[in-house]
Amino acid sequence: MIPALEARPRLAPGCRLRESAGEPCVLLMPERALRLNGPSLEIVQRCDGNHTVRQIVADLQKQYAKAKPQKVEQDILGYLGLLHDERAVDFE
Amino acid sequence: MSSLAPSPLALVAEITHRCPLHCVYCSNPLQLTARARELSADAWQRVLREAAEMGVLQVDFTGGEPLARADLADLIRGARGAGLYTNLITSGRPVDEKRLGELVSAGLDHFQLSFQGAREESANEFAGAPVHKEKLQVARWVKRHRIALTLNFVIHRGNLDQLEEMIALTEEIGPGRVEFAHVQYYGWAFANRARLLPTRTQLDRSLEILKKAEERLKGRIHVEYVVPDYYARYPKACMGGWGRKIALITPEGDVLPCHAAKILPGMQFENVQTRSLREIWNESAAFQKFRGEAWMPEPCRSCDRRAQDFGGCRCQAFLLVQDAVATDPVCSLSPKRDVVDAILAEANAAAPIAATPNLAWLYRPNPA
Repeated sequence: MIPALEARPRLAPGCRLRESAGEPCVLLMPERALRLNGPSLEIVQRCDGNHTVRQIVADLQKQYAKAKPQKVEQDILGYLGLLHDERAVDFE
Repeated sequence: MSSLAPSPLALVAEITHRCPLHCVYCSNPLQLTARARELSADAWQRVLREAAEMGVLQVDFTGGEPLARADLADLIRGARGAGLYTNLITSGRPVDEKRLGELVSAGLDHFQLSFQGAREESANEFAGAPVHKEKLQVARWVKRHRIALTLNFVIHRGNLDQLEEMIALTEEIGPGRVEFAHVQYYGWAFANRARLLPTRTQLDRSLEILKKAEERLKGRIHVEYVVPDYYARYPKACMGGWGRKIALITPEGDVLPCHAAKILPGMQFENVQTRSLREIWNESAAFQKFRGEAWMPEPCRSCDRRAQDFGGCRCQAFLLVQDAVATDPVCSLSPKRDVVDAILAEANAAAPIAATPNLAWLYRPNPA
């Protein structure tokens, strides 16, 4: 699925980000774990039910100013859709 | 050698063998541990910290029935405090709304609730206890909390024909995940195998149903299932490989690579009360024994799949051909595959269960 720009992604029940100093960040999920870094981490850190997809896109377009804005948006929508299909993210 | 061992990802904590259910396919050993021999809460707390320090990400609290331990909430709190993801593998009995709330407050991440089927009467028969109705209530309570819920349906010859009802029940409850786990033939299930092993027709039909459900529920409920290994062409990568991903601790503190390993002759498993988890994992003879590829016989030793399935399951090799070093006999490349084929031939020729009421279940008891 492709999320709407006004949707607010939030980590699904039983999913949480483990961030501890000096260790790789890990998205802990039922029966699996994803190691995150770079943009994937930036996105997941904003899946808090407060940021809209539009805000996440704007934040990352700013942060990755060298990348084509359209490409950043597409990648984020694709990644959030994937996280949703994997039951890691809900949209509010 | 020992420095090559990667850290385990998950710790399976069998905190007790006590259980109010008597499931006919229980994976516990036939020799159950009495309450008096169970590790203390302090010992468990230390082990949980050691596990987290080694790089373990997740602890599975299981049993027996983990709810049978009054200190479960403390153990969950300790595990969360150490940085672990906490998973409870439970029958859901006995628990009430208040205690469930305490477990969630203590930091429980994931509640895995077992079901013995969709129909009350037969589910209770397989569990050896009248628990099905209460489980439905527990599922509804869990849904009120913001934690993960997985339903675990254990499927076999006696309930595969209810599969569509189980899927309907799953949709009604609405968990994030559902597992349809074929019985694996160890422990009590090995003893009851003749009544549990499905026919080829049952299996093919069930895989079709599950595939459709997986598609239909995608993005809503994650559906998990695997082909039971007696019917598979290649063996399962048991526990992700011996001493590679998972360490299991028994109620009395012995550290094993899997649920069943104690049946293997000549193995000495070390105990967390005498040595650290890290030392046992890295250095104990038992964990070294089948780690890596050096132990492998042919055809595994030169097989392209040896890094995928690690030669299959040592316990299965021992149970089926009395040789723990043999290639898992379920493998189509095993010289002993005929042993499995003979078991399947018998299962496929046998009358349906309803017509063989004289074949009695062997129920697991509740240890003292």
